[in-house]
Amino acid sequence: MAAPLTLLLLVAVTVRAALYRSSLADLISERVEVVSPLTAWKRVVEGLALLDLGVSPYSGDVFHETPLIIYLFHFLVDYAEITFMLADVITAVALYLSVKDYNKQVFRKQKYALEADRYPLDCLELIRSPKEMQYIPLKVAMFYLLNPFTILSCVAKSTCGLNNAVIALFVLSTIKGNVLLSAIFLSLATYQSIYPLTLCAAALLYLLQRQYIPVNLRRFSFWWFVAQYAFMYLGSLFVIVGLSFFLLGSWDFLPSVYGFILSVPDLTPNIGLFWYFFAEMFEHFRLFFLCVFQINVFFYTVPLSIKLKEHPVFLIFMQLAVISIFKSYPTVGDIALYMAFLPVWSHLHRFLRNIFLVSCVLLACSALFPVLWHLWIYAGSANSNFYYAITLLFNVAQILLVSDYFYAFLRREHHLSHGLYLKRKDGSEATLVLK
Amino acid sequence: MRWEETVVEEATADKEDTSAPETVVQSSVPQPKDDFQEELVIRPLHSGDIYASFQFRTLWETDFMRGNKVSHYRLFPKSLGQVISKFSVRELHISFTQGYWRTMQWGQPFLPSPPGAELWVWFQDSVTDVDGTWKELTNVLSGIFCASLNFIDSTNTVQPSASFKPLGIGNVTDHRFLRYATLPREIVCTENLTPWKKLLPCGSKAGLAVLLKSEKLFHSSFHSQAVHIRPVCQDWQCKTTSWELRQTLNVVFDLHTPGQGKLEWSLFKMFSRTLTEACPLASSSKIYIDITDDPQGEQFEVSPATHLLSQAMVLGDRRTFSVYDLTQQITFGTVRSLNLLIRWKSSEDMLRPLLHAERYVAGYGLQTGEIHTLMYNNHPYRSFPVLLLDSVPWYLRLYIHTLTVTSKGKDNKPSYIHYQPSKDRVRPHLLEMLVQLPPNSVTEVTVQFERALLKWTEYTPDPNHGFYVGSSVISSLVPSIVAMDTNSTREQPLFSSFFPCKEESSYFMRVYTEPLLVNLPTPDFSMPYNVICLTCTVVAVGYGSLYNLLTRSFQIEEPSPGLAKRIANIIRKMRGVPPL
Repeated sequence: MAAPLTLLLLVAVTVRAALYRSSLADLISERVEVVSPLTAWKRVVEGLALLDLGVSPYSGDVFHETPLIIYLFHFLVDYAEITFMLADVITAVALYLSVKDYNKQVFRKQKYALEADRYPLDCLELIRSPKEMQYIPLKVAMFYLLNPFTILSCVAKSTCGLNNAVIALFVLSTIKGNVLLSAIFLSLATYQSIYPLTLCAAALLYLLQRQYIPVNLRRFSFWWFVAQYAFMYLGSLFVIVGLSFFLLGSWDFLPSVYGFILSVPDLTPNIGLFWYFFAEMFEHFRLFFLCVFQINVFFYTVPLSIKLKEHPVFLIFMQLAVISIFKSYPTVGDIALYMAFLPVWSHLHRFLRNIFLVSCVLLACSALFPVLWHLWIYAGSANSNFYYAITLLFNVAQILLVSDYFYAFLRREHHLSHGLYLKRKDGSEATLVLK
Repeated sequence: MRWEETVVEEATADKEDTSAPETVVQSSVPQPKDDFQEELVIRPLHSGDIYASFQFRTLWETDFMRGNKVSHYRLFPKSLGQVISKFSVRELHISFTQGYWRTMQWGQPFLPSPPGAELWVWFQDSVTDVDGTWKELTNVLSGIFCASLNFIDSTNTVQPSASFKPLGIGNVTDHRFLRYATLPREIVCTENLTPWKKLLPCGSKAGLAVLLKSEKLFHSSFHSQAVHIRPVCQDWQCKTTSWELRQTLNVVFDLHTPGQGKLEWSLFKMFSRTLTEACPLASSSKIYIDITDDPQGEQFEVSPATHLLSQAMVLGDRRTFSVYDLTQQITFGTVRSLNLLIRWKSSEDMLRPLLHAERYVAGYGLQTGEIHTLMYNNHPYRSFPVLLLDSVPWYLRLYIHTLTVTSKGKDNKPSYIHYQPSKDRVRPHLLEMLVQLPPNSVTEVTVQFERALLKWTEYTPDPNHGFYVGSSVISSLVPSIVAMDTNSTREQPLFSSFFPCKEESSYFMRVYTEPLLVNLPTPDFSMPYNVICLTCTVVAVGYGSLYNLLTRSFQIEEPSPGLAKRIANIIRKMRGVPPL
C-alpha cells in the first residue's frame, strides 16, 4: 500500500507546486469561497507586519488568527508554501492510516457477529468483504488530496489546511486508541476554532468502546474515564491558552479570535449562511438570531451521540459535516475534510436516494459561485441576491448529502438486524418508512 | 447693541465721582483689554480668478481657565467664551469649506482647509475624560454653527501623534489631549454663514463684514469659513498672554468674462456691495491688494489709487500690497463709499508651488482597491521632510504590509511611521508617516484596502453615491526664498501672522488632498424579511431531516385500508366486534 500512496502524494504535491508557480495563485488567494477573514493568508502577513511595526496584531480588526499561528509563521513565513503542502500531506496520511485501522476493526467486528449468527440470512449481500475494503484508505487519501476544494485551499495558503491537519491527527490518535494524544489534538483543534469541541462526545464514545467500558451513566468506570479524558483535554487547552498569553503578554487575543468567531461582526460574503442573514438582520433581533445560529452548531451533538453511540466514527463524520455547514465562516477547505470520509461509506450506495441530485447541485453551485460573484462585484449587473441564492442552494445540497448518508447508514443497520428482504403480513414485498 | 454698551461704558467712566456705589466698583476693576482688527486681502490669481481672504481677529487679555467666571463680554462672542471655559479648550480650529483648493492653478492659500468640515481641538491638561468632553463639544458646536457636527463620533475621530502641533502657546505635547475629525460630506450654505457672521463684534452691519452676502459668496469656486481660537503671547518675553479669536473667510471667484484684453473686477461685482465705513469697534481695518506681480503698474490698474504700500513676508515670499485704510475717512472719498476696481492682464506662468499633493483610488470592482497619494516637491535643489496624515474609515480595511513609498522609481523608506489599525465600528485607521521628499520629484504612497459589507442599517439613504474618505493632511516646513520673521508679536498684517514661525529659513505649510469617494458593495435593501425567511428555511431543512432520522425508526409500511373499510372498523369498534 505504500507505493500507491507515495505516488498519490507525489502527484498531489506536483499539482500544488505547479499552481503555486502560476499566476492563478494570487487570484485564488483572493476568492471569498476559499478564504475567510479567519483563515486568509493576507491577514496572517498583515498580522506579522503589524507585529514588526510594534503594534499588537489584535489591536485592529484585520487579524483573527490564534497566537500559535503567529509563533509558527514568525519562523516559517518564507517557507509558507511548503508548510501548507506538508499540512495537506499530513492530513492525507493521517486519514489513510486511521481509515485502514478502522476498516480492520469493522471487519473484525463483522466476523464476530457472523460467527455469533447475529445477522439474518438474507442480508449476506450486505456483508463487506476484505477485497472491497482494500482500496478504501487509498481512496480516502485521494478524495482529500485531489479534491479541487483542497487544492484551491492549499494554493490560497488558507490556514484551514492547518486546522484540517490537526483534526485528522485527532481522528488518527482516537482510532489508534491513544487517549492522551487524542485529547491534546482535540484541544489544539478547539483552540484554533471553537467548533471541534463537539467532537469530544464522539472521541469519548470511541475510546470507551475500544476499552470495553460500557456506556452506562450509573457505572463508575464510565465517569472515571470521562473525568480522565476531560482532565487531559482541559489541561492541554489551558496550557495552550496560557502559552498564547505569554507570547504577547495580553489577553487581547481572546475577544479577537473567539469573540470574533462567536459574534460574527465581519459580514464578508462566504459560502455560509451567516453573512447575508446578519447583513439584513433587524438590529433588535440580532443577538437572538446570533445565539440561535451558534446553538444550532452545538445542538446536534447530544441527539446524534445517543443515536450513533455504537458507531462513533460515523458520528465523527456527521459532526464534521454539521460543523462545516453551520459554522460562522465556512470555506471550501472545511467541506473537503468531511468529503474525504465518503469512500469509507461507499458500501451504502444502494440505499442512497438523492445522490445524483446532490452531486449535480454541488457541481453547478461550485461553478456558479465565481460567475455570480463576478457579476455582482465587478460587472455590477447582478446584486447580492444572486450570490446569496447560490449560497442557499449549496448549503441545501450539503444538508441533503449528509442526511442522505445518515439515512442510508441507519437503513443498513436496520436491515442487518431485521433482514434485507422484508415482507408484509400478507407476504408481499414491503416498503420501509420512517415512522 | 454693542454700540450702546460702548456708550454706557463711556458714560459711566465720565460719571465716576457722582455715580452709585455699584458703578464705582465696576470702574475700579480694570476691564481686560480687548482689541479687534479686520482685514481683507485680494489677490488676483494667474488663472484669471480672484482670491479674497477676510480675517477678523479679536484679542482679549483674559483668563478663561482661572476661577473667576468671565461674565462681561464685549468684543469676544459670549457663546465661544462659554465653550472655552466649559470644555477646558486650549485651542480650537474649525473650518467649513465648499470646493477644493486647486494648488497648481491658484498657488497656496493663506489658510488651507479641506473640503467639508474639519475640527481639531487641543484640550487643557485638566480634562479627565477627553472623549466625553469631545462628544459634548461637537454637539455644542453643531448648535452654534448650525452644522451637522453631531455626526462626529469615535468612528471618524483620530488622535494624530505628530501632525497637529498647537499653533498657539503650548509646550505640552501630550497627544492624549488632541482630537481631530473631518466630515468630508458636509455642505456649507447660508445657514452656516449666518451664525458665523453673528460672532463678529459689528455683525454684518459695519466694516468689512457688510461684503459678506451669501448670494455672491456661495456662487464661487471655493468658499471656506473658519474659526480659530488659541492663546497667544502679547510680548516678546511672553509675560502676558491673551486669547485670540480669528474668523477667516476665503473665497475664490470664478472668471466669467471671456475675451481678450484686461480682466476687470470690482468690489461691487464680487460682493454686490460697496464699503461705506469701517467697523467702529475695530482698531484697524484695512484692505490689501496684492500687486507683487506688477509693481510698476503696467499690467495692473487699481482705482481709486492709493499711495500706501506695504510689504509682507507671506508663504515664503516677499509680497507687495496696496493698502486701503478704512479707518481714514479720506479712503472713502467724496462719495462716502469705496468700490475698488482692479484691472489686470493675466500674466505668464506663476511660480510653481513648492509642495503639492494629489490622491486617488485605483483598482476596479467592489472587493479591493488601492489608495495612491502623490506628493510633488517642486523645489529645484532642496529636499524637505513632510508629515503625511491619513485617516481612513474602518470599512475600508487597509493592509499596511502593502504600503509602498517610492520616489523617482526607487523605494523611499519613511523615517517615522505611526499606525493605529482600525476597530470595526469603533475607530478609523490612522497612518502618520514622515517622508523625505527628494528635490524636484514625485513621491507616491500606495496602500491596498479591502471593502467591507456593512449591515443594511449602516448605509446612508443614497448608498450608491459612495462613502467619503477624508482628505489627507500633509504638514511640512518648506524652505523659503526669503528670511522669515520669527518675532510673532511684531505688528504685521493678519494674513502673514497665522502660522507661528520658529526659524527664519523655512515656513510652515499644510496641504490637503482631495477627499475620496469610494463605493461599497451593498446588500439588497428590500430583502430583510425575505432573507430571514429563506435562511431559516434552509436551517429548518437541516433540522427537519436530522430530526426525522434521529427520532423515528424504520417500520414496515402496512397499506392503510380504504375509506369505507375504515369507517366500518370504527363502527365495529364501537359495537365491540373485532375489525375487518
